[in-house]
Amino acid sequence: MKDRFNLYRFASPATFYPLAGRMIPWFAAFAALFGLAGLYLGMLVAPTDFQQGEGYRIIFIHVPASWMSMFIYLVMAFWAAIGLAFNTRLSGMMAQALAPTGALMAFLSLWTGALWGKPMWGAWWVWDARLTSELILLFLYIGYMALVAAIDDPRRADKAGGLLLLVGVVNIPIIYFSVQWWNTLHQGSSVNLTKSSMAVTMLWGMLLMAFCFWSYAIAVALARVRSILLERERHTDWVKAELLGVGDGERA
Amino acid sequence: MIYWNSFGDFIAMGGYGFYVWGSFGLTVAIMAIEPVLVGRRLKNTQARLKRQLRAESRKETA
Amino acid sequence: MLKIIAAVIGRDLKLALRRQADIVSALFFFIIVVSLFPLGVGPEPDLLRKLAPGVLWVAALLATMLSLPRLFADDHRDGTLEQLALAPHPLGLAVTGKVFAHWLVSGLPLALLAPVLGLQFDLPTDALLVLTGSLLLGTPALSGIGAIGAALTLGLRGGGILLSLLVLPLYIPVLIFGAGAVDATVAGLGGEGHLSLLAALTFAALGFAPWASAAALKIALE
Repeated sequence: MKDRFNLYRFASPATFYPLAGRMIPWFAAFAALFGLAGLYLGMLVAPTDFQQGEGYRIIFIHVPASWMSMFIYLVMAFWAAIGLAFNTRLSGMMAQALAPTGALMAFLSLWTGALWGKPMWGAWWVWDARLTSELILLFLYIGYMALVAAIDDPRRADKAGGLLLLVGVVNIPIIYFSVQWWNTLHQGSSVNLTKSSMAVTMLWGMLLMAFCFWSYAIAVALARVRSILLERERHTDWVKAELLGVGDGERA
Repeated sequence: MIYWNSFGDFIAMGGYGFYVWGSFGLTVAIMAIEPVLVGRRLKNTQARLKRQLRAESRKETA
Repeated sequence: MLKIIAAVIGRDLKLALRRQADIVSALFFFIIVVSLFPLGVGPEPDLLRKLAPGVLWVAALLATMLSLPRLFADDHRDGTLEQLALAPHPLGLAVTGKVFAHWLVSGLPLALLAPVLGLQFDLPTDALLVLTGSLLLGTPALSGIGAIGAALTLGLRGGGILLSLLVLPLYIPVLIFGAGAVDATVAGLGGEGHLSLLAALTFAALGFAPWASAAALKIALE
């Protein structure tokens, strides 16, 4: 049994901390590579969009940022569920490490959406169903971070935050549906984004940028989870060994 | 291969320069600043804990 | 099962009636907020009629929020909450009772008062009826979802503001369908669709929220 590859081993903070440290440069390099390739395709090679002119190029960051903002929330909820079900220490820390990046992605999505909306729709902000849902998602991120920051006991912070994430994830489809219903009632379909068929280069550019954002989020979250790990486990032997370069047995 | 004829065209973005570069500018800024802040936090935490642990072990041996 | 819920409701109501000032304050908050709007936007009846559903519903959300921090705090302080958590029956049942009691002293009075305030906004009779109906249907969901937030923030510093940060985004669907029902009635479209969706939301919230709140309370009590 002991010789077999054991996934649980990586869930132990003492193994995860150095592992995360080794993974960060890789994901940072992936992010840089994908980002450069995506920007090259999207900004330099891809032809113009015949309906939106060059303004459409905002899509190369707007769509990846929106995807990541939603995806990160789902991943946080996944960790929350694992943490609540199996009482693992690392899960809550992962959720906390992801939250600021998720919130930034939601903010970027709104910011680029506004800068895209102004030339295309003639307004910085329209109460479009997607923009509104994105705004509410940002509120959910902020609520989670505020709750976790307000609780001093880290175990309670993990669990309470996890429960809030699960409640949020149940509510997101309901919120999205209700916002869409409200939107069609009030605005009709006047502000639908024109869905022109995308050129292949554009699609590739967007996918590469999405991978770039994804790798970036992982790298940043791993670095953040390392700080949280050290902070939380500062009284344990492995932190002493890790920071002072002393083995467990030698100290005595 | 490259779509643009001149660097000026690239900057102008067919009149959408302000919007395109406004979006990309803030995104690049955030994605440059956030890792620096996170990295600094990790370094600070490591240094602070190291100091604390050294002080503790000195107390123990004394 | 019903006995436990009824016992909790009875106890909470008795406690609430001893502190009538709180109930009255929340109601006056509702009245004052709603009355401020015409002063802010001007007295044109057409404009007011258009604003009324949203204003009344948002004010109702805020007024319900006011009493939420107290939902578990008093029981937490005197140890009742721990007793309930240790009792043989599930904590979710007791929370269901507390949610109903909270609705009886916050949501119900708001719903009964709303048509009077609706008159200030020149709402027609059928819209007033739908307004009352939508508040009667929707405010239980507010108490239920609010209970989750109250349980999560139990005993934290800055609990009240934090609670509003957590809970208000989750109130959005209730607001949309509640205000939408009145809006649709004013526009002559009929609010039945909205009202049935609102009822579905309330049933889902009342089925789900007490158990989530109970889980949150257990986390807070650990």
